[in-house]
Amino acid sequence: MKAGGRGEVWTLAEIREGRLHPVSYELLAWGRGVADALGVPLASVVPGDNPPDAASLFAHGADKVYLAEDPGLKHFLVDAYAGVLADMTEEYEPQVFIASATTQGRSVMSVLYARLGCGLTADCTDLSVRDGLLLQTRPAIGGNVMADIMTPERRPQMCTVRPKSKRPLTPDPSRKGELVRYTPKKSSLASALTFLGFDPELRVGLPIQDAEVIVAGGKGMKEAKNFALLEELARLLGGSVGASRAAVDLGWAPHSSQVGLSGKSVTPRLYIAWGISGAVQHLAGMGGAETVVAVNIDPNAPIFGVSDFGVVGSALEVLPRLIDDLKKNKRHIPAGRLAGR
Amino acid sequence: MEEALRIAVLIKQVPATENVKIDPETGVMIREGLEAEVNPLDLYALEEAVRIKEKFPHTRATAVTMGPPAADKAARYAIAMGCDEGVLVTDRAFAGSDTLATATVLSHALYRLGAFDLILTGERATDGETGQVGPAVGSLLGVPVLTFVSRLEILPNGRILAERAVEGGHERLSAPIPSLAVVVKEINVPRLCTLGGKLKGKKAEIRTLSFADLGLPRERVGLAGSPTKVVKVCYPQVTRKGRKVSAAEDFDGALEALETFLANVGAGGNPALPGAEEGEA
Repeated sequence: MKAGGRGEVWTLAEIREGRLHPVSYELLAWGRGVADALGVPLASVVPGDNPPDAASLFAHGADKVYLAEDPGLKHFLVDAYAGVLADMTEEYEPQVFIASATTQGRSVMSVLYARLGCGLTADCTDLSVRDGLLLQTRPAIGGNVMADIMTPERRPQMCTVRPKSKRPLTPDPSRKGELVRYTPKKSSLASALTFLGFDPELRVGLPIQDAEVIVAGGKGMKEAKNFALLEELARLLGGSVGASRAAVDLGWAPHSSQVGLSGKSVTPRLYIAWGISGAVQHLAGMGGAETVVAVNIDPNAPIFGVSDFGVVGSALEVLPRLIDDLKKNKRHIPAGRLAGR
Repeated sequence: MEEALRIAVLIKQVPATENVKIDPETGVMIREGLEAEVNPLDLYALEEAVRIKEKFPHTRATAVTMGPPAADKAARYAIAMGCDEGVLVTDRAFAGSDTLATATVLSHALYRLGAFDLILTGERATDGETGQVGPAVGSLLGVPVLTFVSRLEILPNGRILAERAVEGGHERLSAPIPSLAVVVKEINVPRLCTLGGKLKGKKAEIRTLSFADLGLPRERVGLAGSPTKVVKVCYPQVTRKGRKVSAAEDFDGALEALETFLANVGAGGNPALPGAEEGEA
């Protein structure tokens, strides 16, 4: 599609296990700024089998909600999702389409943009409007380079944004909007893939991509069994356990917990690195954390260069003492301050 | 699987980042003297292809890379790891291609090279970090795309069984042949090249495909074929000037300072925070 028109700004809502995932609301916070700058409506697109009530999307900033409802969209099958979204994009001609850089968002947008012949900018950390166009800012080469990217001609201008890099707007239950029920075409719903099942992972806390607090360990944890201490601290802080590549390669922690260039990019409110020296590849994965605390025996460890607070000392000496103090010391209970911001 | 399988592995040559240093004054990556290497995340795709070859001996694995003429080294590395052949897609006309133009070139190259049963690639390249070329190639070729694949098995009935590593667990799916699978690190441990393998890679004839070989219009490749335009690049300072205390000098003082800091950012130990119980089931 070519430039022109007064198309809407779209965000892609995400349903996991039958419920709207919070990234759906974060995306509306991103989209609200863009839609207001362009002076066009903001819409949330919800593909699913039994999509939830749209009221919460209106409350979080949507002017419009498109419900694309069909049993064929019960599971995330990338070809069916991309097919339906391609039809909808062609029919309604949005000028901007924003998704979250989750496994779903990355997958469906990567298939969709190629089908539409549009531009897609991955993993943006900032969005703004310049000369009526979306200005997309994204890191590359492990966060060492920041690039500003525009898509002057093709529509929609597509991008994914980092999960948790923006807080949802304060919900306003009195906000109303327009609900559009879209009936997907049978031909577009046909998928070559068959969903067989989902095996949830046993772990403390949320997946690290969703976690507000990450307690991460590296080689300084010395042994696999010491990761139990990290799990204990994670439980006490309401967080999840992350790991450096070295710790994962040594088999101390699962792949799903690896933070870094060959692992996950994470954006928690608080990242506590235990015995992680801070290779460039690791820093690339946790640079988006709001607050960083590091404990490392080496005063010259690069992790201290990106930390807000550092303790030079042995992780294995400091960690058990901190856990003990947290367990018995009830004077710090700031009741959800982290979660509330 | 009695019939021969044909596998294509899409790989990219990237600057070796393993020993990257950051200039502490400017925060800029020091790129001088950096060697090029096969994108580390593509090694998992190459390994998976070689493992399938070992299981189904009639399999033929072709590594395909797009890049400057010197990117033939990536194709040679793929052969050293156990691929049968390497193809380098190279032309000055491709310079400045964004992910769509790159996927357009690669999908046409694959089309020229014939019918593949399985196309494998790594999760993303460690330089551009978009992860959107692989799925776009599948999309343009019209073959099903499997992303974040952490396990892959070719079943006797000719279907592909795949596990996808997603937030909070693993999804199991089946897919037909042909499909394109983007694999993640979890899938295997890439082997080291043997001396014999390296020799084979060095001696191998690397087939090249140029712009003229692909039959593509000029406006679909390079800068002209790229919907996205980079308008500015900068090198951000990633350093923070945080406070540092020494537990070696004063353990109790350091611990207390740490606890105070954590309490001030709202992490004083509150099991009622979200996430404390969820996901433990």
